[in-house]
Amino acid sequence: MRAERFERVVLAHLDAAFNLARWLTGRTSDAEDVVQEAILRAFQAFDGCREATARPWLLRIVRNVAYDWGTSVRAAKLSGFADIDPDDADGAAFVADAFSEPAETPEGLMIKADDRRLMDDLIADLPVVFREVVVLRELEELSYKEIAEIASVPIGTVMSRLARARGLLQKAWSVRNAG
Amino acid sequence: MQVKLDCERIRPLIDAALDGELDASGQMTFDSHLAACPDCAALHAERRAFVHRLRAEATRFAAPESLRDRLAAEVPRLTGIKPARTPRHWRTWLTGGAWGASALALAASLALFLVLPGQQEMLTRDLVAAHVRSLMPEHLTDVPSSDRHTVKPWFNGKVSLSPSVPDLTDKGFPLIGGRLDYVDEHTAAALVYRHHQHVINLFVWASPGRQDRTPNEANRNGYNLMAWTRSGLRYAAVSDVAWTDLKEFQRLWTIAAAEGEPENTAP
Repeated sequence: MRAERFERVVLAHLDAAFNLARWLTGRTSDAEDVVQEAILRAFQAFDGCREATARPWLLRIVRNVAYDWGTSVRAAKLSGFADIDPDDADGAAFVADAFSEPAETPEGLMIKADDRRLMDDLIADLPVVFREVVVLRELEELSYKEIAEIASVPIGTVMSRLARARGLLQKAWSVRNAG
Repeated sequence: MQVKLDCERIRPLIDAALDGELDASGQMTFDSHLAACPDCAALHAERRAFVHRLRAEATRFAAPESLRDRLAAEVPRLTGIKPARTPRHWRTWLTGGAWGASALALAASLALFLVLPGQQEMLTRDLVAAHVRSLMPEHLTDVPSSDRHTVKPWFNGKVSLSPSVPDLTDKGFPLIGGRLDYVDEHTAAALVYRHHQHVINLFVWASPGRQDRTPNEANRNGYNLMAWTRSGLRYAAVSDVAWTDLKEFQRLWTIAAAEGEPENTAP
């Protein structure tokens, strides 16, 4: 049965779908909306899905839904989507901004005490083109080739974006942990 | 000088090397440079440690129960049988595609996946699923006939019972036909009646030794169910008609079946 196969092959990856949607949208409620839409799109397109590649296949749909909504009606609600140029692979504008040395506010000190929260905050602050490769590689452990297909970019771009993203995170992390 | 040039070429490969994404010759070149260059080896080690930290500390968000609940509860309402009933929230992101069979199957699938029901709950679910499935094109009847003398004998040899098939046309519940179905792990006779534009499925299956029970009511996903047991046969009527209509159907059907019984059992 098609429905049973869908359940076994695709819905098994609901956690991964939600994780990506949550990281892309930054909000639980938006992520739920994105996943809901993605699951239904997935069901319509299910005949093109092979079991071995079901997870990246579903994640690609999740990403497309998040981007569709990010560039249209829901732009305002999606964190960071509105003002990022996806072609700015170096994130030059962003580096000057978000990763400047944090002010020594009480909030800043509190965050420093909580490593997990800090790492999440740093990832959340990344421009989406970097954030998605970090999530897909570090959390979902997909290959460069799979990430390239999900993000619709060449493998070389995945490699450079991931290297850049890690560099940004590592630098920001050491700045926050210095002193 | 040579080392400096090599460093510029090697450092952008540190991440790909960590991820095992370099080809064999690239990896060899990378490894031999690292063995000879403490600076690049240190950068590589720092990056590797940071990636470990990143993977350990970043949150992996699991799909919340609320999402599973939403998929389980809301999707069946999309089934397209009654578009007017589809909640507004869902209609806004239905892009006008032709929902129908696939949405029905999805609804059934999600229900299976997301709910861990008790026995009664499972039966209710099976019955509603069978009813919904019957509404898909070409699924309603195996023997389309309003003639009970055609429908009743059709079941001979197909199910281990001979259901009463009363005609209730003059009471407002015309017979449409019959088909075989499968509920409660039994092959069941499904008698199909109509009331105005609504379909009523009456499932009948054998349950030897089971005590008689008066009608029991349930509602699931907007469908009303009435289930009862009589003389070792279980009956379940499922429809989206109003409660009053379903109760009237159950009452009329039981009376007519009892009256027709002598004729039906006659050789």
